[in-house]
Amino acid sequence: MADQKQNGHKVEDPCDDGVDRRGFLKCMAWAGTGLVWTISGGIPVSRAFSKNAGSPANSADLTFVQISDSHMGFNKPANTDVIGTLKTAIDQINGLATPPEFLLHTGDISHLSKPEEFDNVDQILKSATAKEIFCVPGEHDLLDDGNGKAYLDRYGKNAKGAGWYSFDKKGVHFIGLVNVVNLKAGGLGSLGHEQLEWMEDDVKHLKHSTPIVVFAHIPLWSVYPEWGWGTDDSAQALAYLKKFGSVTVLNGHIHQIMQKVEGNVTFHTARSTAFPQPEPGKAPSPGPMKVPADQLKSVLGITDVNYVTGKHALAVVDSTLG
Amino acid sequence: MIAVGLLAGLSSGIHAQQPPTTEVKIDNFSFSPAALTVAVGATVTWINRDDIPHTVVSNDGAFKSKTLDTDEKFSYTFTKAGTYPYFCSIHPKMTGKIVVQ
Repeated sequence: MADQKQNGHKVEDPCDDGVDRRGFLKCMAWAGTGLVWTISGGIPVSRAFSKNAGSPANSADLTFVQISDSHMGFNKPANTDVIGTLKTAIDQINGLATPPEFLLHTGDISHLSKPEEFDNVDQILKSATAKEIFCVPGEHDLLDDGNGKAYLDRYGKNAKGAGWYSFDKKGVHFIGLVNVVNLKAGGLGSLGHEQLEWMEDDVKHLKHSTPIVVFAHIPLWSVYPEWGWGTDDSAQALAYLKKFGSVTVLNGHIHQIMQKVEGNVTFHTARSTAFPQPEPGKAPSPGPMKVPADQLKSVLGITDVNYVTGKHALAVVDSTLG
Repeated sequence: MIAVGLLAGLSSGIHAQQPPTTEVKIDNFSFSPAALTVAVGATVTWINRDDIPHTVVSNDGAFKSKTLDTDEKFSYTFTKAGTYPYFCSIHPKMTGKIVVQ
């Protein structure tokens, strides 16, 4: 199944394309498909994802789930029930064979940064069996009159600057970055000098063998600059991570799965829990894509990440909501 | 809206100098027209026709809208001649300019 037609688009199946190699690789997984990435000693290996292909976890392993772009408050035809689809996502997470230790939300939690939107998300997340939740803001989370004060008051208590921070879990170092503030006319996402300096210092004393997970809203690689899908100064951030053997970069923003492996770095974007967006350049604009109601849950989803202790490996598994 | 009403009231007197449109439509993540020339004193109204919120922010800070959700509007009256580049601060690839003569 090197090529398959789906919704009228050509779908590339990267699994049949010799991906166990270094160097540039661009993968796309579309509705109803999934993919597992395992990074072992910097050599990426992929295999097709089957929902039944759960791997037994021992207590030293680390499993977490990424959700993204819940856009609470959005009520246009592309999805008039973003509360319902977020609840479905949480139910699905609660049903995973290996319960995640925590959730990462890669931004656009809300649609318009209204208190009731954040309240609704917080209420739904209470039903998650994983009690710890780590967030970074999307551009939709900083639209309050205080330019992000509402977000920081709620989610940024241990964060620096506009909301960046790092933490460690079972030997994996996590770095949450903010690339949605102080955007310049005509530009892309931006990390800014202050955050980059902080990041350089943050990773300076880590061992090269420490697995690194970076998460931010807008992709930290150039997905499609014409639609603003990239970050102007991400190369500087990635330069600080060159010495590490295993780096996984998790993003949201583009409401579809895209993957790329470059050397020691695996880039991955997650599906939204709210609505899909078009493939790059395949529509006049990146606005919400309306799909038939019975297909909506097949283009929304969650991302399950498993780190196996001792194997120096992170496996990234995407699954749809229906 | 007051400014628009005022313009309508004056239109019989200054109609010859007024450009045909002072509305900029936000649609498909772009400003249309992207470049608009108006007379000094003209009020320009932006209206968001997208399903996604946008803003209208001048590069030099001369004007800045609040977040415009679908069908919301923002108006600004240009009292000085000059070129005013602006962008959407949420989606900075969206740029436009108003030329005031």
